Amino acid sequence: MRKKLNQVDSGKLFLSGNEAIARGAWECGVHFSSSYPGTPSTEIMETIGSDYPEIDAQWAPNEKVGMEVIAGASFGGARVLSTMKHVGLNVAADPFYTLSYIGATGGIVIVSADDPGVHSSQNEQDNRLMGRAAKVVVLEPSDSQEALDFTKIGYEISEKFDTPVLVRVTTRICHSKSLVEVGPRVEVPVTGYTKDIAKRVPIPANARKMHARVVKRLADLEEWGCDSPLNKIEMGDKSIGIITSGISYQYVKETHPEASVLKLGMTNPLPWRLIKEFIDQVENIMYVEEGEPYLEERIRSKFLVDGIGSERLSVMGELNPELVRHGIKDGEKLPLTFEEIALPGRPPTLCAGCPHRGAFHTLSKMGASSTGDIGCYTLGLMPPYNALETVVCMGAAIGVLAGIEKAVGREKMPKLVSAIGESTFVHSGITGLIDMVYNGNTGTVMIMDNSLTAMTGGQENPTTGKNLRGEPAPVLDLEKLVLACGVKHLRVVDPHDLPEMKRAFVEEFEREELSVIITKRPCIMQYKPKRKTIAVLDPEKCIHCKICVKLGCPAISWDAEKKIPVISEILCWPNCNLCTQVCPKDALSKDLEGVV
Amino acid sequence: MSKMKNVIICGTGGQGILMASEVLCSAAWRSGFDVKKSEVHGMAQRGGSVSSHVRFGDKVHSVLVEKGAADVVLALEKMEALRWVNFLAPDGKLITCDLAIEPMTVNTGSAVYPDVEKIITDKGIPNLMIPVMEIAKELGNLRVMNIILLGAASRHLPEISEKSWFEAIEERVPPKAYKVNLEAFRRGKAL
Repeated sequence: MRKKLNQVDSGKLFLSGNEAIARGAWECGVHFSSSYPGTPSTEIMETIGSDYPEIDAQWAPNEKVGMEVIAGASFGGARVLSTMKHVGLNVAADPFYTLSYIGATGGIVIVSADDPGVHSSQNEQDNRLMGRAAKVVVLEPSDSQEALDFTKIGYEISEKFDTPVLVRVTTRICHSKSLVEVGPRVEVPVTGYTKDIAKRVPIPANARKMHARVVKRLADLEEWGCDSPLNKIEMGDKSIGIITSGISYQYVKETHPEASVLKLGMTNPLPWRLIKEFIDQVENIMYVEEGEPYLEERIRSKFLVDGIGSERLSVMGELNPELVRHGIKDGEKLPLTFEEIALPGRPPTLCAGCPHRGAFHTLSKMGASSTGDIGCYTLGLMPPYNALETVVCMGAAIGVLAGIEKAVGREKMPKLVSAIGESTFVHSGITGLIDMVYNGNTGTVMIMDNSLTAMTGGQENPTTGKNLRGEPAPVLDLEKLVLACGVKHLRVVDPHDLPEMKRAFVEEFEREELSVIITKRPCIMQYKPKRKTIAVLDPEKCIHCKICVKLGCPAISWDAEKKIPVISEILCWPNCNLCTQVCPKDALSKDLEGVV
Repeated sequence: MSKMKNVIICGTGGQGILMASEVLCSAAWRSGFDVKKSEVHGMAQRGGSVSSHVRFGDKVHSVLVEKGAADVVLALEKMEALRWVNFLAPDGKLITCDLAIEPMTVNTGSAVYPDVEKIITDKGIPNLMIPVMEIAKELGNLRVMNIILLGAASRHLPEISEKSWFEAIEERVPPKAYKVNLEAFRRGKAL
């Protein structure tokens, strides 16, 4: 059995960046954490949940609530942590900006996990810019050891300078593992809540004073940063001086170990004196940074110095050692033994047995579609369904549907429903539904309730009956919630009951009033069926129509020679019977008796 | 200073790639090396392509293997093997399962699954094709495919001691599955 990590007090552990941040928070006595899951940040909270019971940790309905709750806990004198993906910080931006003015009673570290390369997101925004705009400290670790160390230093800075600290990591930091020297947890007291209206109520008269304090704070931090080990000069060949931060530093050291490097661990405020000292010593300046030309633009405009950066290294996508090698010295790259081979793509698909398949298959067959949202069900956009047409942000499926109706009118409204998961609905979809009721929309909202925040790997949420640690929690009643918004027509459908699913769409598309369909069936990650059954083909009955293949189920492939479907015994999900329902000749059958 | 070793493990979601790379990293660490690995989660979990980069040596900076630098590419699915051949170093070795998992693009008829064996032969890619399903069935456990592959890889990673491999496997698998995993490793190594 693996030991829980809170039982390990010293030595080296092989940790991901996310695990190292959790460890750093634990070591420096963090008391409380509240967050919403989001790739690539999720495992920070999961690690706290599984291994560090000393931290009181919970899932919030969304990032804004998570940040508000940690703000309150900080006011109460606790050390607090909130983690989110980059776009999650947009949701939490309102408390984030003002918390910068208010400052930190108990230390505040906020982790923004950015996703350059867009591995699992809708954009590749660079949240160093958010940190700068909010006038908070931004720290950028370059490996797991620094993820731990910087988190701990973050709390010292936060309490010393009365500021929230933004630890900005990226997918390659979060999901890479390296060896980390760990230490014991050091408890710090919760200092308690004391009334301080001038500090915590930013009415205009107070806010002006707060802003002045923030400006002074940044000046103090700038000076502190010049002598801090967070920022360091590694002098080498003076013909080229590379200014870098985060994971990019590792690519520089890998490909050009001889170069002079200024490694910035704190990228807001910038340590101007140290930067000047560096650029005065080197002949040519180069900026190697992932994302926006943040360091480049700031340093260029401050000192009016030339340098190369974003025009050689793209502002788009991730950096990697090839790009950095070639970017620093033109034409320098390793010879390839074999060229790249063009191959069919392997996009992600809905799992075999996924409850969402029934809904998207039905919409697709009806020539209908959906405005989409963020979750596994975003995959409804893929062939063979092509049944999801828009995504903006968490919760937007509902507002977007409402807006299309406002633009084209009820009569010309295409056959669209809002496709939104239950976790996303609770996150920020409910306000859209309230808007639809209030402003007289007539569309149909489909809440796809699989009782799990699934896309991020399966987290609990207010509808699942469990909390972050898997303990029982009150269940949010979605049906009552929808009715309380003023929706008059609500139905709950098992999306794997295809005739019922179709009836629901047909009737609701005809209805001239707003309606909600809740598709209710648990995610396959929720349970292990008691008995393994797979669909069986009677080849005599098969008429080779491929209707079963068009379900888009990964368990069903097509044997082109024999012209029959092949069911994968590994992938076929025991209690799903979609293929047996769509087969027009009953050639597929499945014994579902006793499968729970 | 010893030469840096670069390994890529690839395949599709749910095949045990992340577990295999954990075992490799643990074994490298136990043999005294600095080690780093990188992989991408998220959308890849839904049956998409999955890959893990592992690098070990005296001191590792980059978590990513460079194109043209991989000593070993281990593929749990044979088309995925082809996706990474441009990462092979001049003396690099491809080790592939003979397993084909058709992506949805092939299932729905918008793409054709390539003739992997023919491409490997035509291009002269140094490859070891392992009948992994057959061996796993002989061993009576389909979940040991990734360990069979690691066994085959171990011959090309002599810096890692056998003791380290065994300890790493023991650490990562449930006690009752240890014996069958060890046997899987040995079968792979004997190929």
